Amino acid sequence: MTNLLNINYYAVAPELVLIGFAFLVLILDLLLKGRDKAVLGYVTAFGLLVSIPVSYFTNEPVSFSGMVAADSFSAFFNIVFCVAAFLTTLISMDYMKKAKADRGEYYYITLFAVIGMMLMASANDFVNLYAGLELMALSFYVLVAFKINDNKSVEGALKYFVLGALSSGILLYGISFLYGYAGSTNFAEIARAASAGSSQNMFLILGVCLTVAGFAFKVALFPFHLWSPDAYEGAPTPVTALLSVGSKAAAFAVFLRFFAGSLAVLQPHWAMLIWVFSAATMLYGSVVGVSQKNIVRMLAYSSIAHAGIILIGLLVTNDKGSSGVLYYLLVYAFMNIGAFSVITLFVRNNGKGANICDYKGLASKRPWLAFFMALFMVSLAGIPPTGGFTAKFFILASAVNSRYYLLAGIAVVSTVISLFFYAKVIFYMYMKEADDASVFTASPGAALYNVVIVISAVATVLIGIFPSVFMDMAVQAVKPLLM
Amino acid sequence: MMEQVFFYIFSIIAVISAISVISARSAVRSAFYLIITLMQVAAIFILLRSPFLAAVQVFIYVGAVMVLFLFAVMVLDIGREKLVAYMHHQSVIAVPAVIVFFIMGAYMIIRGGWNVSNAGFPEAALAKSSEVIGKEMFGRYLFPFEVVSLVLLIALIGAVALVLRGREKDKQC
Amino acid sequence: MLTLSHYLILSLLLFSIGVAGVLTRRNIIVVLMSLELIFNSVNISLAAFSYYLHSLTGMVFVVFNITIAAAEVAVGLAILVCVYRRRRTTNVDELDELKG
Repeated sequence: MTNLLNINYYAVAPELVLIGFAFLVLILDLLLKGRDKAVLGYVTAFGLLVSIPVSYFTNEPVSFSGMVAADSFSAFFNIVFCVAAFLTTLISMDYMKKAKADRGEYYYITLFAVIGMMLMASANDFVNLYAGLELMALSFYVLVAFKINDNKSVEGALKYFVLGALSSGILLYGISFLYGYAGSTNFAEIARAASAGSSQNMFLILGVCLTVAGFAFKVALFPFHLWSPDAYEGAPTPVTALLSVGSKAAAFAVFLRFFAGSLAVLQPHWAMLIWVFSAATMLYGSVVGVSQKNIVRMLAYSSIAHAGIILIGLLVTNDKGSSGVLYYLLVYAFMNIGAFSVITLFVRNNGKGANICDYKGLASKRPWLAFFMALFMVSLAGIPPTGGFTAKFFILASAVNSRYYLLAGIAVVSTVISLFFYAKVIFYMYMKEADDASVFTASPGAALYNVVIVISAVATVLIGIFPSVFMDMAVQAVKPLLM
Repeated sequence: MMEQVFFYIFSIIAVISAISVISARSAVRSAFYLIITLMQVAAIFILLRSPFLAAVQVFIYVGAVMVLFLFAVMVLDIGREKLVAYMHHQSVIAVPAVIVFFIMGAYMIIRGGWNVSNAGFPEAALAKSSEVIGKEMFGRYLFPFEVVSLVLLIALIGAVALVLRGREKDKQC
Repeated sequence: MLTLSHYLILSLLLFSIGVAGVLTRRNIIVVLMSLELIFNSVNISLAAFSYYLHSLTGMVFVVFNITIAAAEVAVGLAILVCVYRRRRTTNVDELDELKG
């Protein structure tokens, strides 16, 4: 019977490790009633660290009756999720204490969110995918609302919840049509049906359109982005960092596995849809980002623009495009979490720091902090020698290779427009004098922030200087998809 | 023939009460209309020869989810919305857009490109429908089943983290 | 003779009504109820496909959907309670702290 069910604990080892740690943290939280919750943060971070090598060595392509595909592709994503969650956990311990939301639930809900992302990355069946997606989404709804005494936090969570649930409904409706088309929810079965049957099947068209719309919500593509600036601004800043990196990467993992993997035969048919989404999203994100005064909202629009550029790599259904997506997501994780850590540190020190103009004169008071912030902005803008540049380069090169000239042109225009708002932050930090020097005084307990900022900065630069090492990893990772 | 008559009865009631859900002015009325719709959906499941789904639908949706909704309506004391302007301004765009979506979808479904028989399940297999679903769920779908248990756990923890903890804070203030 | 299209049209109708409710209503509880309509329409469609395709996946998926939808409602109402405690309103338009 066991053989028939194909139960393989090795295939889900990273998830099992994290589930174990989640329950450990849950029990510790009950035992440590009323005491300092920081120790829970350290246990969580340790669990995420342990899960990285476990993910790396997991390679079990088919298990649980074809439900789970724990191949090198999901291993790559699992590592990205664990690193992102590790860094955000380190900065959240102190932030949560300052925000008076220092409750133990935070840590194990974070772990459950990461487990949900991992399940999405390794899902090979829509049933499994949907369960993982909801695990991640429900965790994030709670995390965004975690500052329950803050109007913005709970409001952002409500908007995120309503639109997130709507997108789940649309996605499910799309899945039901794909199921009707192929007679199965398994990706491999759908791929078989797609390569055998006609591409003009109405169920297939409805299914693909609705599924894309559902995922467009999760990735925050224009015009399905409405929740993202509000949820990003309202959420506790470390949660915003994880949300913008983790949930986006997980949704792209599914996008890649399903569209570039299973539906690759039908690429000419869905390409137009993705093309329009990509172009609109890139332009919208960068244009609207220019007028933002709040730095978190600015980064939200920047993240929308980045999602548009990553979509190009999805459109180019070959190893160059797909590995470009993976590489981009890796770089994006580091540079975005770095930028959010600086913001978190800044908000924590002076209680404000949400507006770009608050960063006036940072360079003269805290030169190192300003330097790192500038580095992250430069990388997000895509200027060499940072990882942001090489990532954009790989994606655009793959687009040009596959003759998507117009789309590559739009990406360049969007990058140029977005330079404005990244440069604005640098301009305020370096060119303007501070009104009130007292807001920049460092307060104790910032050591962990500095660790996270330095790790992110070093990684951003290293990935930019030695792209081939990481690109090889990405190319290895996408191999199982493109067979 | 009889089946067709029942299908139309159930679906007409379902659609009318669904429209009432989104157009009723008071949330309590919406909740009761929603219960009617959910019962019709359960009846539709019986027409589709799956009494198990019908039972689950009645137990979980009507029994648990709707009670939760009614509790929320009562506890939050929402009562009646202002009689004027209970809809967004955006309805002017949204309603036509949804109607267009419906017409397009209906066209695609009716034109459809599938080649399945209209026969439905053989009756013999359906006689043991619950048993077959159970075997499937603990066989092929064992893994998602376990994941769903985590989803329920996170819902439990999340609700406690948001609601119970908030009350403790209120008391301190 | 009842065909697949009958059930799919019914499901599409409920789905459209649900989407219209989410987009037009201001009261968030009613918005959450409209979301339930959407999930129910999906369940009808899955069960119908399952019946006509002679495959059990759809039925199992419906059971999972119902369970997950219940979990989602619990979290959604918890968030709503938080909002109500802060703002004393369930009207979408009055929630305007976040503007950019």
